[in-house]
Amino acid sequence: MIKLENIRKSYTTGFNTLEVLKGIDLEIRDGEFVSIMGSSGSGKSTLLNILGILDNYDSGNYYLGDILVKNLSQTQAAKLRNQHLGFVFQSFNLLTFKSAWENVALPLYYQKIPRNERKDRALKYLERVGLLEWADHLPTQLSGGQQQRVAIARSLITQPRMILADEPTGALDSTTSHSIMKLFTDVNAEGITVVCVTHEHDIAEMTQRIIYLKDGMIEPESQRADAN
Amino acid sequence: MFDYDKWQEIFDTIRRHKLRTFLTALSVWWGIFMLVVLLGAGSGLRNSFEHNFRDDALNSIWVYTGQTSIAYEGLPAGRYMRFTNDDYDMLRNEVEGVDKLTGRYYLTGEYVVNYGNQSLSFDVRTVHPDHLYLENTIMTHGRFINQKDIDEIRKVCVLGDIIVEELFKEGQSPLGEYVQVKGVDYQVVGVFTDEGGENERRRIYLPITTAQRIDSGSERVHQLMLTVTDPTIEGSKAVEERVRQQMARLHQFDPADDQAIYIRNNMREYQQFQTVFNMIDGFLWFVGIGSIIAGVIGVSNIMLIIVKERTKEIGVRKAIGATPRSIIGMILLESVFLTGLAGYVGLLSGFGLVYGINSFMVANNIEVEFFYNPEVSFGAVLIALFILVLSGALAGLIPALQAARIQPIEAMKH
Repeated sequence: MIKLENIRKSYTTGFNTLEVLKGIDLEIRDGEFVSIMGSSGSGKSTLLNILGILDNYDSGNYYLGDILVKNLSQTQAAKLRNQHLGFVFQSFNLLTFKSAWENVALPLYYQKIPRNERKDRALKYLERVGLLEWADHLPTQLSGGQQQRVAIARSLITQPRMILADEPTGALDSTTSHSIMKLFTDVNAEGITVVCVTHEHDIAEMTQRIIYLKDGMIEPESQRADAN
Repeated sequence: MFDYDKWQEIFDTIRRHKLRTFLTALSVWWGIFMLVVLLGAGSGLRNSFEHNFRDDALNSIWVYTGQTSIAYEGLPAGRYMRFTNDDYDMLRNEVEGVDKLTGRYYLTGEYVVNYGNQSLSFDVRTVHPDHLYLENTIMTHGRFINQKDIDEIRKVCVLGDIIVEELFKEGQSPLGEYVQVKGVDYQVVGVFTDEGGENERRRIYLPITTAQRIDSGSERVHQLMLTVTDPTIEGSKAVEERVRQQMARLHQFDPADDQAIYIRNNMREYQQFQTVFNMIDGFLWFVGIGSIIAGVIGVSNIMLIIVKERTKEIGVRKAIGATPRSIIGMILLESVFLTGLAGYVGLLSGFGLVYGINSFMVANNIEVEFFYNPEVSFGAVLIALFILVLSGALAGLIPALQAARIQPIEAMKH
């Protein structure tokens, strides 16, 4: 269970303080497939960064299972990210000079797992996303959809509790987008929690629950329905 | 350290930026190369001076006569000083701290030496027995002049090995033979060699008393040379002062008159040379380390650019679990590797040049004034290596800390 209690976050730029999250209460059950929607400036990226332990929050509590994620050092945050979270980004963010399997295996490198075992496991996950024969190719030799599959394999390799996807289909055409979402659905079916930030309705519709964010607050579904 | 992935990444960076890496490495290479070559040149200079000192006893004091410059107890200025055998006896008996002592009596003009039907011209020195120690004369056959030769005014001589080669047939022992010097026969009692060069090995030594007797029965001594029992700079200065006081008393000149007699204290001169060379060494280190620092700043700049270029990559790494420490380690290792390798090659090429010049000079028998046997000491190498690793780490430190501060979200914005 992922639980956010009254999370607040503001940024100070110059003399102005901008409150981005104004008290978020949110529960995500283990094994849920959730999407977060909202216009730009609604705070959805900030929320995802806090969920991904990439950013701090000002007040409130964030429980990742039993762990209270609060006031962590950089090193503690890095270890939690490595063990419990997987990331998928809009621009894939693969290392260009490393082959597909080396990219997939990178999180295991930071767990100090020997190279041979890293390779075995990376190849297994590449097979899982249907790219086994592309294992030795560099990212630049792969299509966008293939690169995103490599990125998904990388996010899965540590067997995380939750995968956080930031506009995972933002750079892809609709056919490829749907196959990527299909892959997330399969991954989710194996019991991994998936949280996906998107601004595309058809993508969000493929998840089990949609959380709407507006001006730093979660919109209750009743109000949302009224608005529609 | 021996982590395949880390090295793979370093080589990958280097491969992708060959020219940049080469230019960076060049500046470090040059710094270390300059340091080694400068130190080699410095030691060449120092060694050439020590080489010039090598054939004289370092703790020796030489005394020459001069002309008084100050009127003293009714005696006018401008009197010429003369040493006699009395001065030798006085130094021997009345000055504390004198170890070896010899006089020299100068024979004037060229000395033609005859043996059999051969007739050659050589230099003659007439001395006391202790002269052996003052000039580091090395006996190869027979003996040097002894006290009995002096007391009995014997007509004996000691020959340099080059004279023996030129006068005698190969394999013939000169000992016991008679050679004629300016019409007088002397029996050869010893043969010597000298590290001070060929001129020293072309000399004939005679007992000083014999020379005085033959040269119209003079009592005169032209020069006195002595060594001190306490071979410290203080000890030798004390003896120098006592010699001056005793001489002033005997010859009635003002002890403050530095023209009456000249005293050359080799210990003091050696010390002064050492001071000068230590200063030169200090300067060379200063210049050498300066050029290393210039190289290190170059590496540091390049590493900053590399970190800037890799900001996104470092952000990704952090997002998927890289700790700040592992990022610092990655940048530092690259910096130390680059500096270390370039510096090591610089060290080797600097050594190569210094020893190449040395062996070239030895092989071709080239003698250059002020330059002899350049070398780089092991201690200097250890310090250079230490500076290398340290500078590599320093060069990487600021960029590495910068890399550690990169925020994943900032880095992945596009």
